[in-house]
Amino acid sequence: MSALPMDDLLESIDLEATKKLTAEQLDAFGAEMDAIRQRILDDLGEEDATYIRKVVKLQRGFEVAGRALFYLPPAWPLAVASLSVSKILENMEIGHNVMHGQYDWMGDPGLNSRMYDWDNVCPGEQWKYSHNYIHHTFTNILGKDRDIGYGILRMDEDQKWHPYYLGNPLYAVLLMVFFEWGVAMHDLEVENIVAGKRKLEENKALHAGIMRKVKRQALKDYVLFPALTGPLFPLTLAGNATANLIRNIWAFNIIFCGHFPAGVATFTEEECENESRGHWYYRQLLGSANITGGKLFHLMTGNLSFQVEHHLFPDLPARRYPQVAEEVKEICERYGLQYNTGPLGKQLFSVAKKICKMALPPQKQTA
Amino acid sequence: MSTTAPLPAIGRRILRSRVLAALATPHGVDRYLEMVNPMWAAEEVRARVVSVTRENPLSTGDGSAAVATITLQPTSTWRGHRAGQYVQVGVDLPGSAKRMTRCFTVSSAASVPGERITLTVRAHDEGQVSKHLVAAEPGLVVHLSQAQGEFTLDESPATPTNNHLLFITGGSGITPAMSMVRTLLRDGYDGRAGRKVTFLHYARSAEDQIFADELAEIAATDNDVTVHLRHGDHVFSEFELRRLVPGYRTTDTWACGPAGLMELVAAAYDDGDGGTHKLRTEFFKAPRTTPGNAEGDVTFTHSGGETVEAANTGATLLEQAEALGLKPEFGCRMGICFSCTTRKTEGTVRNVLSGATSSLPDEDIQICVSAPEGDCAVEL
Repeated sequence: MSALPMDDLLESIDLEATKKLTAEQLDAFGAEMDAIRQRILDDLGEEDATYIRKVVKLQRGFEVAGRALFYLPPAWPLAVASLSVSKILENMEIGHNVMHGQYDWMGDPGLNSRMYDWDNVCPGEQWKYSHNYIHHTFTNILGKDRDIGYGILRMDEDQKWHPYYLGNPLYAVLLMVFFEWGVAMHDLEVENIVAGKRKLEENKALHAGIMRKVKRQALKDYVLFPALTGPLFPLTLAGNATANLIRNIWAFNIIFCGHFPAGVATFTEEECENESRGHWYYRQLLGSANITGGKLFHLMTGNLSFQVEHHLFPDLPARRYPQVAEEVKEICERYGLQYNTGPLGKQLFSVAKKICKMALPPQKQTA
Repeated sequence: MSTTAPLPAIGRRILRSRVLAALATPHGVDRYLEMVNPMWAAEEVRARVVSVTRENPLSTGDGSAAVATITLQPTSTWRGHRAGQYVQVGVDLPGSAKRMTRCFTVSSAASVPGERITLTVRAHDEGQVSKHLVAAEPGLVVHLSQAQGEFTLDESPATPTNNHLLFITGGSGITPAMSMVRTLLRDGYDGRAGRKVTFLHYARSAEDQIFADELAEIAATDNDVTVHLRHGDHVFSEFELRRLVPGYRTTDTWACGPAGLMELVAAAYDDGDGGTHKLRTEFFKAPRTTPGNAEGDVTFTHSGGETVEAANTGATLLEQAEALGLKPEFGCRMGICFSCTTRKTEGTVRNVLSGATSSLPDEDIQICVSAPEGDCAVEL
């Protein structure tokens, strides 16, 4: 535990330094970000379309292969692996990004944010509200961004401690295992219902939507496809459940590395009142963290390993993030702003440490 | 067998089964089929270009665009069309990779499910879709809607009436009337029952006259179809119409063409009370471009059909809608979340972030970052 004070120190130094930009500097910073955005927008075209269609084809290939391999019991691990890859690609590089509207400019209904729904028990329609609107607009504003701890975990010093949070690590593991269910329940704001801030009736419509989606997903993965393999029903069922579990664990870890490693800033509602576009960019930058890795790794994260770029430019095709990352980094250096990045292991460790640390009541700063 | 042949009926029944739909959820069967063969579909309609025939090869003058008839083999999901209906055609434009969708009238006679159809398309200078279609190579696969529109022929040779049928068309407006006349003639119409057909058409010039050979043949045949072609500056007049069809106001009439012609025709049929009972009309909607300013009117249409119109203030469409007391859906109000995306049916909008303007009809826009320039209509 000796590393803790050092981390605290780092955290406070970084944030003190970066929160000192003047309004003019913020505007200039915002203008540079706008320029990058505009340049990419002007350049969108065939390459982006070809890329996403290739990924869709690849994903469908893994999906069909995975489903088919369940007919060969010895190939069970291969079937699970194939289906897991398919579900990860579908949720992250395709679903998440398409539902952000990154490919709306193509005018293809199959890749349109309004039409697309992903292979996940959370209805795309509801996810778009909680994610695209709430999370991406109010990123890391305590009390507004419900992605901070998902209403279950304590992920920030400024979240008031309660003995309930002693279970923080346990809740995190449970959220990881049942991540798609957690995401599906996210919009119900259960914590606000418990706190009496939200009425149960408000959830009625959402509830119906979730149940419809859950039924379809469960019917497909846990009844129909297993039934199609006849006597292998239990094996296929277990395989499909495993693929969903692997996807859950992977998505949870990548997403938690995006906002919760040490050094990522949170903001108060007061700080963000009437904020300028420059301040919005600035908050997105300081509120996100990248993960370094190879091309394949980035593909499997849906390029959410470029969480910083994703939060700066949520509606640009994710394949563009690596292209602008160096430039964003250089601009940050010029403005003395922190650009949070690190390998998966380091970021994961940092997140795990925070989850454990936040389980305990804040230590009085007496030493 | 061609790799883009449509699916046989039995395959179609399997593909449309509920079990397969449940297995393909949430993407739908078509999202998998298209990976194998673009001509296989369970719900969506696509079509393969079979041939492209130039209709006005002699026309090369200024302002007279190429016109071509494109024969399409639709997927087995095509439910057929009634004469006079149109389809939305979507093409992925090379380079920009954008799918553009435009409406074109079916020029061939009424079709049954899965049957080939033709579109007769004028390649406008501005029309990216029409130019792409006119220059298409056989084998190109395009996206189609089912047939739409109520400007249709409700008569057939089997209908026990002796109605006189009158078609008044101008320019490309000839297409739906052509489909109707072709349907009548194909289905055995011969004028023997005492029913007459009068076809009055206005074209820019003889070189620009499309379907000229076929019209000449129809006119020459003993079928009681009379064809009157008017070329050049010859404009429609009530006087001439009354001379050709004295009782035109009580004659079932289908009129289709440019706005100028349509206004004259509507005036000729006005019985004084504003009623034009026997006249059915169809306009063509063209993209309207107005110079950048805060002039004009903004029209918001509810899904319920209610319409609110007000002077354009120059603010974003979302702000203008709210100022009028409307409550469109919105989210971030800064162009990132797409919650407010709605359909603009006509007019020009400027993206307040990028400054880019767009004048395409029936386009999905984010109203929180779109400001109208001149007249604009949006469906909330």
